[in-house]
Amino acid sequence: MLGSTAASQMTVSSVRPRFLLSALLLTALTLPCFAQDWIKTGTGLGVEKVRLAAADFKPSTQDAKDAQLLQTFNETLWNDLSNAGIFDMVSKSFYPLGQIGTPADVKFEAWNSPPANAAMLAFGNLGTSGNSMTVQGWLYDVKNVNSPQVLGKQYQDAATTDAARMTAHKFADEIIFRLGGGIQGICESQIYFVSRRSGHKEIWGMDYDGNNQHQITHLGSISLSPRISPDGSRVAFSSLTKAGWEILVYSMELNRLVSFPRFGGTNLSPAWSPDGTKLAFSSSRSGDPEIYVVDYSGAGLKRMTNYHGPDVSPAWNRKTGAEIAWVSGRTGLPQIYTMEADGTNVQRMTDQGYAVSPAWSPNGEFLLFSWIRHYGPGAPGGYDIYIMDLATKQIVQLTHEEGQNDFPYWSPDGRHIVYQSNRSGREEIWTMLADGTQQRQLTSSGSNTQPNWSWK
Amino acid sequence: MKQQLKWVTLMVALGAVMLLSACHKKTPPPPPPPPPPAAEPTASITANPNTIDKGQSTTLTWQTTNATDVSIEGIGAVQANGSQQVTPTDSTTYTLSAKGPGGAQQATTRVTVNQPPPPPPPQPTATEEELFSQNIKDIYFEYDKSDIRPDQQAAIQGDVDFLKQHPNIQFTVEGHCDERGSTEYNLALGDSRATSVKNALVQGGIPAQNIKTISYGKEKPFCTEHTEACWQENRRGHFVYNK
Repeated sequence: MLGSTAASQMTVSSVRPRFLLSALLLTALTLPCFAQDWIKTGTGLGVEKVRLAAADFKPSTQDAKDAQLLQTFNETLWNDLSNAGIFDMVSKSFYPLGQIGTPADVKFEAWNSPPANAAMLAFGNLGTSGNSMTVQGWLYDVKNVNSPQVLGKQYQDAATTDAARMTAHKFADEIIFRLGGGIQGICESQIYFVSRRSGHKEIWGMDYDGNNQHQITHLGSISLSPRISPDGSRVAFSSLTKAGWEILVYSMELNRLVSFPRFGGTNLSPAWSPDGTKLAFSSSRSGDPEIYVVDYSGAGLKRMTNYHGPDVSPAWNRKTGAEIAWVSGRTGLPQIYTMEADGTNVQRMTDQGYAVSPAWSPNGEFLLFSWIRHYGPGAPGGYDIYIMDLATKQIVQLTHEEGQNDFPYWSPDGRHIVYQSNRSGREEIWTMLADGTQQRQLTSSGSNTQPNWSWK
Repeated sequence: MKQQLKWVTLMVALGAVMLLSACHKKTPPPPPPPPPPAAEPTASITANPNTIDKGQSTTLTWQTTNATDVSIEGIGAVQANGSQQVTPTDSTTYTLSAKGPGGAQQATTRVTVNQPPPPPPPQPTATEEELFSQNIKDIYFEYDKSDIRPDQQAAIQGDVDFLKQHPNIQFTVEGHCDERGSTEYNLALGDSRATSVKNALVQGGIPAQNIKTISYGKEKPFCTEHTEACWQENRRGHFVYNK
């Protein structure tokens, strides 16, 4: 096994062609010894992976409620920080004994020297009074004894487990923002997906860590391809209505469908432009599925493609809004293409196999997609997630022939990927870091597919 | 003397006649006694058998006494006693009325007629739908393709011929795909397959307005095995009769 877990900043060379993608975070990884190409990606600001200790928060009151709220808070905070992809978490077995809850409790030498060797320490306390909960949290640079405080926050909320969880998410986001090079954390983000557990395929939502899975639509038909708007207020999706497949829009604020035009034909795979003013989608209203763009109001319908063969699954360049990637079967098996947002300058991105589900990274530099790279009898290939560097057209494989993996989508911080995989025996939602490590299953109930991460 | 003899003879003759007629002559009956009060009529009627199938006959038998005016409802006036064969089409109650100086009397008997089961109501649309499913053939596709394969042309032609004989039929062509590949791409491909079948039928002369199309992608498979046979089974344009 290739190992390189030293706390300091060792780079791990990939086994095959080395990628020097500019301005990348170099992550210390433990890799199995495949002959694989591994990509290094992340914040792009040269920030090192920080050695962070996160002590369990201490109860500040004697209330019986404290214990349960603290358990939720501490578990959530630990998971948020260890899944962030930018920390080297100090194992709790190295922590000095005794609870710490306030700055006075911190003994610096116990934290900044072996065995802990922490650079940063998060700690604090939680207490309740009646129905109210108060949390105090600090982030200390334990190597800077004279001026350690990086962050000091106080939160007030209801004394409920949901509020304890949300407070932990907020505090974790603050730490990630401070130590992760100024990129917003994702601990309060949402993932939207399709679930069949109610008996029909409907649109569902959940917290980014798999908590709070809840049903959004109740249409009793087949609803697919959810896409949350950039401001989080509306979910566009495709649904089989009496008139056929239509783009529908659900308002998260009004908790109901809001009106959107019918276009005729089969209408699929809506995608919001990054400024939230337009939707791209596939429609067969002309007799052949093509890519269209329309204003969110439903006006200004423009056709982007005009070529025989199914055109579907558009994805905007999230950074600029000036390009659209999509899937076309114009040459036979589906391939990934890009074009300018006005339909000009069509470029083909993949050259073989069966390629679908493009997803543009938030920084505009990478394209995720799903690929049966070696398609055909005698060369049955895996159905895996790949990432392409658009500047160099280099392609790296992220999942490795375990089950069928499809519908990858980026987290808003560009460090994580959510996707669907059936490697457990059934289609479920999984996440991983953008380098393919830390693959985790998020759902386990019923059949769950087509995940979509919120924009913030 | 002769005259005297004539007269005697006459007298004897007369006497004989008188004697004779006196022998033959009924004694004038005594004036009839006032009639006693009249007895009430009696009446009874039976049917044998009293349950028949429609189309069969039954025999009514009746008796009356002291009746001068006997009738059976539905038949009319009848003799005081008698029998008659009848062939009612529905269950009937036969009422015997006997009227006489002593009054009136009625009797009834019921004949139950078992109706045959009604014939099935005529269903021309079911017949047309049955013909549709017996004669229409679905169209099968190559992997990832939506064009009509040469080996499917005969099926297309057969469908066109049948539909021309039944020009009022409205139907939907559903486009289906096998389980492999992506949900979204398969919905678009299914749409292309349904359109492809529709276009082939329209080219054959079927009016476009009779044909609806819808894609199901891989959402509603006909089978779920992971075999080439099942995959081919799912790659099709499927015809559905619109009622």
